[in-house]
Amino acid sequence: MSELKNRHHIITALVENKAGVLARIAGLFARRGFNIYSLAVAPTHDPDISRFTIVVDVESAPLHQIVSQLDKLINVVEIKELDPTEALERELLLTTVNADSRSRSEIIQIVSALGGSIVDAGISHITVELAGTPDTIDTLEELLRSFGIVATQRTGRVALPKLRTENSFETGSRNFKVFN
Amino acid sequence: MELTGAQALIKSLEHQGVEVIFGLPGGAILPVYDPLLESTIRHILVRHEQGAGHMAEGYANVTGRAGVAMVTSGPGATNIVTPLANAMMDSTPLVVVTGQVPTTSIGTDAFQECDITGITMGITKHNWLVKDANDISNTIAEAFYVATHGRPGPVLVDIPKDVSNDLIDYAEPDDVSLPGFKYISEPDPEAVRQACKLILEAKRPVFYVGGGVLKSRASEALKILVEQTGIPVVTTLMARGAFPDDNPLCLGMPGMHGNYTAVTAIQQSDLLIALGSRFDDRVTGKVSEFAKHAKVIHADIDAAEIGKVRVPDVALIGECRRSIEELTRGLTESASQLSKPNENLLPLDIGDWINQINSWKETYPLSYDKSESDTIKPQYVIESISNLQEEGTIVVSGVGQHQMWASQYWKFNNPYSWVNSGGLGTMGFAVPAAIGAKVGRPDKAVWAIDGDGCFQMTAQELITSSAENIPVKIAILNNAYLGMVRQWQQMFYEERYSEVYLSPDLPDYVKWAEAMGCVGFRVDTPEEVIPTIEKANEINDKSVVIDFRTDITEKVFPMVPAGKSNDEIIVGPFGKKS
Ligand SMILES: Cc1ncc(C[n+]2csc(CCOP(=O)(O)OP(=O)(O)O)c2C)c(N)n1
Ligand SMILES: [Mg+2]
Repeated sequence: MSELKNRHHIITALVENKAGVLARIAGLFARRGFNIYSLAVAPTHDPDISRFTIVVDVESAPLHQIVSQLDKLINVVEIKELDPTEALERELLLTTVNADSRSRSEIIQIVSALGGSIVDAGISHITVELAGTPDTIDTLEELLRSFGIVATQRTGRVALPKLRTENSFETGSRNFKVFN
Repeated sequence: MELTGAQALIKSLEHQGVEVIFGLPGGAILPVYDPLLESTIRHILVRHEQGAGHMAEGYANVTGRAGVAMVTSGPGATNIVTPLANAMMDSTPLVVVTGQVPTTSIGTDAFQECDITGITMGITKHNWLVKDANDISNTIAEAFYVATHGRPGPVLVDIPKDVSNDLIDYAEPDDVSLPGFKYISEPDPEAVRQACKLILEAKRPVFYVGGGVLKSRASEALKILVEQTGIPVVTTLMARGAFPDDNPLCLGMPGMHGNYTAVTAIQQSDLLIALGSRFDDRVTGKVSEFAKHAKVIHADIDAAEIGKVRVPDVALIGECRRSIEELTRGLTESASQLSKPNENLLPLDIGDWINQINSWKETYPLSYDKSESDTIKPQYVIESISNLQEEGTIVVSGVGQHQMWASQYWKFNNPYSWVNSGGLGTMGFAVPAAIGAKVGRPDKAVWAIDGDGCFQMTAQELITSSAENIPVKIAILNNAYLGMVRQWQQMFYEERYSEVYLSPDLPDYVKWAEAMGCVGFRVDTPEEVIPTIEKANEINDKSVVIDFRTDITEKVFPMVPAGKSNDEIIVGPFGKKS
C-alpha cells in the first residue's frame, strides 16, 4: 500500500475551459500508456480556466515525461507537480454501509470520530459523508468495511499549493509559483 | 467588411501568405470552394485526399513553410488522416482545413458527418472546430502559428457548412494569443557551460544529428560547430543532407540500416551529442545496449523528448540552431579559459578516435555485389540517378527497401534535398510528396525513388501532375515484391513468403504512365540504366516514370535485427565480416 502511494504523484493544471479539453487530456494518458489514479476537474474563479487535479501512477512513465507531454497540449496553460508536503489535499467520500440496530451506534461513533457526518439513514443502512485528507478517507473506508459497504463514491483528490508569505517561518522550503 | 464565413476563410489564408492549397471539394466544404475562384491562391485538384496531404508535406519539407490542404467532411477528412499522422511523426508543419456538417446537424449521424477533431486529436499538434464565423480569422492565424512554431507539426481546422455560409463583419486577425502554447527558444546558459565541459573532455564524441537540425535551419551553424570541434557526424534518416556526405567527418546514416561506421561510432562513443534527434527505436536498437558507455547531451526544442527514451547528462532545451550556436560560442569561451599557454583545445585532440573511425570506413564501406552483370542492382540505379542529377535535385522516396537504399546510396550534399516518410513509414508517400516538393521548388528537378508496391498506392496523383503541369520523375525499383517484407520473411521467417508477391508485369507501368499523361520507360538491363536516366533528365515538360526491373533477391544491408543491440549489426549477406 505505501509502495503504491509512493508511486502516486499529484499534478495540478490550469487549463483553458474549452470544448474537448477533458478528451484531450484523457486521450493523451490513454495513447501514451500513462496511468491515471484519480482526476478531478471544475472551473476556477475565472470561468475561462478550469483546474485539474490529477493523481498519476509513475509506474507507467516518469513524472517528468507525463508532465511535459501534458504541458504540450495547447489548452494546458500551467502545469506542475505538487509536493504533498507543500500541498493542501482534500477528498470527499460518500459511502453507504449496512447498519442494523446493533452496529448503528458503533458506525456513528467511528464516523464522528473521524469528522464525518451521516447524510442519510434507513432501516438497514446508513450513508455517511467525509471530507478530509485522502489518508483519513482511507482509514474510514477501512474501518467501515467490516460492516459491509453497499456503495462508495470518492471524488478523487483535489489539491492546492500552500500559500506562503515572505516572512513565513517556512520560507526556506521550495517556493511554489502561485497561479492565480 | 461583410463577408461569408467562406470568404473570410479564403481571406484569412491569403492573409497568411498561402500561395497554394492542395485539395478536393465536396458537400460540406462547397461554400469555401466558391470564393476560391476569385482568390490569388492556386488550388491543386488532387485525385485522392491522401495525395493532398502528402503533397502539402512535400511542399512544407522543401520550403519550410506550412503546407495547406483542404478537403470535405466525412470520407474527405478520413482520407487525410494518414498524412496528418505522418506529419505528426516527422514534425512537418501542415494546416488542414476540413468541411463539417452544419452545427445544427453535429451529433445526429448526418450524411458525411464524422468527428474528425476527435479522430485527429492524437495526430495533430492541435485542432479546432469553428462554431462561429467570427472566429475564423483568429483561428486560422492560431493554426498557422501553432503549426510553424516550437516543434513544427500538423493542425486541423474543422468548419461546419453553416459557419461557412454565415455573414459576418470580417476583421483581420488579432495578434495570436495562446496562453497555453509555450516553447523555449534559448538554451539555459548553465546547461550550455556543462555541455561545453563534457565536449572538451570527450575522447570519442559523435554528433547524432536528427531532423530538428533541418527544421530549425541549422545546417550552417552545424558546419561551423563541426569545423570548430572536429567531431564526426551521423545524420539520421530524417537528417540526410543536414550535413554534407562529402565532408570526411560525415559518417552517414546510423540505425537499423545504417552503415557500420555510423552505427559503431555511436556504440563506442563516450559522448553522444544529440542535436534535434529523438532516440527513435530504428536508431537505438535495443535501448539498454545503445551507446552504453556514452554520456549524452540532448538538444531539442521539445522538452518532452528529454528523457523520453534516454536520460541525458545535459539537456539543452531550445531551438536547435540556437543550441548549436551557443555551443560554438561557449566552446570558444571555455577553451580559452581552460587552455594552458600555447595549448589549443579546439579542434579536439581526438586523432585516435578519427583514425579508428577511418579504419572502419575502409574495412566496412557500404557495398553491394556488382559481379552479376545481367541483373540490375537497385543500388546501382540510385547511384546512377544521383551521379547524373542536375545540381540541387530533390529526391523523394517511398517506404521499403528502396527507401533505405536511397538514403544509403544517394550523395546528399545539400539540406532540404531529401523528402521521405520516416516516423510513420507511409507507403505511397513518394509520388504525391514529390509533386508537392516540385510545387514548392519549381526551380529544382525532383526525382522520386519509389517501390512497385508503394507506387501502386498513390500513382493516380501523376494525373494531377499532368493536369496541373507539375513535372516530376519517378524511378520505380520494380522488384515484383513488397521487398522489405519479403526480406524479413526470408531472414526471420525461414523463407516462408506470405502475401508479398506483386508480379513485375501487372500492372504494365509504361502503359499506366502513358494513360496518366506521363512518359513511360522500361529498363530491363544494366546497360540501359544510364541512357534512360539521361533521357528522363532531358524531359522537362512532362512527368516521367521509369520501370526499372531490379534484382528480386537483393536485400538491404547492413541490418540490425529488430530489438537487437546495435553491436549485432549484420554487415552483408554473409554475416558480419562480409
Ligand atoms: C501503408 C503501409 N502499409 C504497409 C506497410 C508495411 N510495409 C513496409 S515496407 C513494405 C513493402 C514496400 O514494397 P515496395 O513499395 O515494393 O518497396 P520495396 O521494399 O520492394 O523496395 C510494406 C508492405 C507500410 N509501411 N505502409
Ligand atoms: Mg518492391
